[in-house]
Amino acid sequence: MRGTGFKFLMAGAAVVIAGVVIGLYVSKLTNLAASPAYSVPVKQTASGPVVNMTIQTVAAVGPKLSPNPDWVSYLIQNASGQWKRETVWKLPANATVHVTIYNFDGASALRNNYLARPQGTDGNVYTVDGKTLNAINPDDASHTFAVPQLGLIVAIPGVADNAKNQCDYAPCAMSNAHRTIQFTFHTHAPGQYRWQCFVPCAAGWIDGFGGPMQTIGYMDGFLDVA
Amino acid sequence: MSSEPTTAGTTAREPNHGRIVIVAWIILSLIATPLVAIYLGPIIPPGNGTAQGTEQVFDNQVMTTLITPLLCLLLVYFVYTLTEFRAKAGSTADGPAIRGDSRVQFIWIVTTALMTLALAAFGTFELLQTGSGGGQGPSPIAFPANHQNAFEVQVIGQQWQFTYRYPSLNGMESNQLVLPEHTTIVFHVTSLDVIHSFWAIELGIKADANPGVDNVAYAVTNGPMTFHVRCAELCGLWHGFMFNNGKVVPQAQFDSWAKGAEALYAPIAKYVPAYSHIYLPDPQRRAG
Repeated sequence: MRGTGFKFLMAGAAVVIAGVVIGLYVSKLTNLAASPAYSVPVKQTASGPVVNMTIQTVAAVGPKLSPNPDWVSYLIQNASGQWKRETVWKLPANATVHVTIYNFDGASALRNNYLARPQGTDGNVYTVDGKTLNAINPDDASHTFAVPQLGLIVAIPGVADNAKNQCDYAPCAMSNAHRTIQFTFHTHAPGQYRWQCFVPCAAGWIDGFGGPMQTIGYMDGFLDVA
Repeated sequence: MSSEPTTAGTTAREPNHGRIVIVAWIILSLIATPLVAIYLGPIIPPGNGTAQGTEQVFDNQVMTTLITPLLCLLLVYFVYTLTEFRAKAGSTADGPAIRGDSRVQFIWIVTTALMTLALAAFGTFELLQTGSGGGQGPSPIAFPANHQNAFEVQVIGQQWQFTYRYPSLNGMESNQLVLPEHTTIVFHVTSLDVIHSFWAIELGIKADANPGVDNVAYAVTNGPMTFHVRCAELCGLWHGFMFNNGKVVPQAQFDSWAKGAEALYAPIAKYVPAYSHIYLPDPQRRAG
């Protein structure tokens, strides 16, 4: 009987240890405090705070910016013009946010075509390479920038497969083939708003939705609105 | 219980433990059961957002009330045992021998078995009335009144957001769930990737969203309200952020919302697949 009790104790301890390890791993992945946050410069105006964000999306983040050089990723440009692999962005509440995204990646297509309709932006439209659009062909989507809690959905069209001078690794130069997406949205109450890409664009992962798609610092992050 | 010889060789008269426990149990049950039935039962979620929610509140009230005496018995027995049969300080005597009592065992087994069977029968009967807001798979067997004219709403789960399609509104899809009041709703729940679960908390609706499966759930809305929607199936790292709010609104307000939502949807309509109870998105270019 003592042997049986000991086995039960060991099994229970193993379950507890496994649970703690899994919990620590998940909390490490999801803990915002452990993720580098970028405070986006704010310009105060008569109509409220205004923020300009410049972002690039790349097919492979490269060895300079990540230990996972082949992972697809978002990058943000800081005030000194450097590209940073940081996807937690501090923004003021009730702000107007002007976003410019340079996409250097090809198309992967959406799983839900509905998400190819921009929503939550000013006028529910955006510009792609200077042209104002209210939808794109979902097959042309390379990524999305979506904040479900804000109702914000922006589908990012990809670079043509046969485009010249495509970027291999980030940070990509403006001389590389790219698409330019611009839109404006607004923050509201303070809080943490998760953003993500809805295109299953993680090459080599099950359903294209593992790895960088579920890791802060790559294809998702938070708007830390304060 | 019989008396047991002590270590000193004398015989101490034991109180009638069984009678004490039963009397304490009856008194506690007489106090607790009405309190649970009147005050606790009605406030157990999900609330009265739909007829199905109201049914669940009633079911919870009945079952909670019925198990209260059983809980009281366990509590009384537990506390009495802890206090009465506790070894005295400094005592080295062994405790009383534990012997089986076939009469007590028979009563316990029969009573609890009957209670369990009765609750199972009650729960099954209730479930079969209107489906109780649960997902019934593609071929439901329990329907609310007027289900033939139910207003159809499709719930589509994907990592990590729900969207909603309204086939009677030209297949319009929206990221908002808005429902007309006092209307029978039939939800068709499915997924585009992994297993999710559509849980409209205050409506008392919960149905798994499985890829390639049409899971049907019925609800009859009551008055205007705001409710919460959450995914109730661990569906990946950001499962905890798969939530949004929904609204039940008067018909006129619903019509106004639908008009705006259809206009918003119009530019993408030609790209969205025709309405279907399931969708099987093509393998994506990069999916492994």
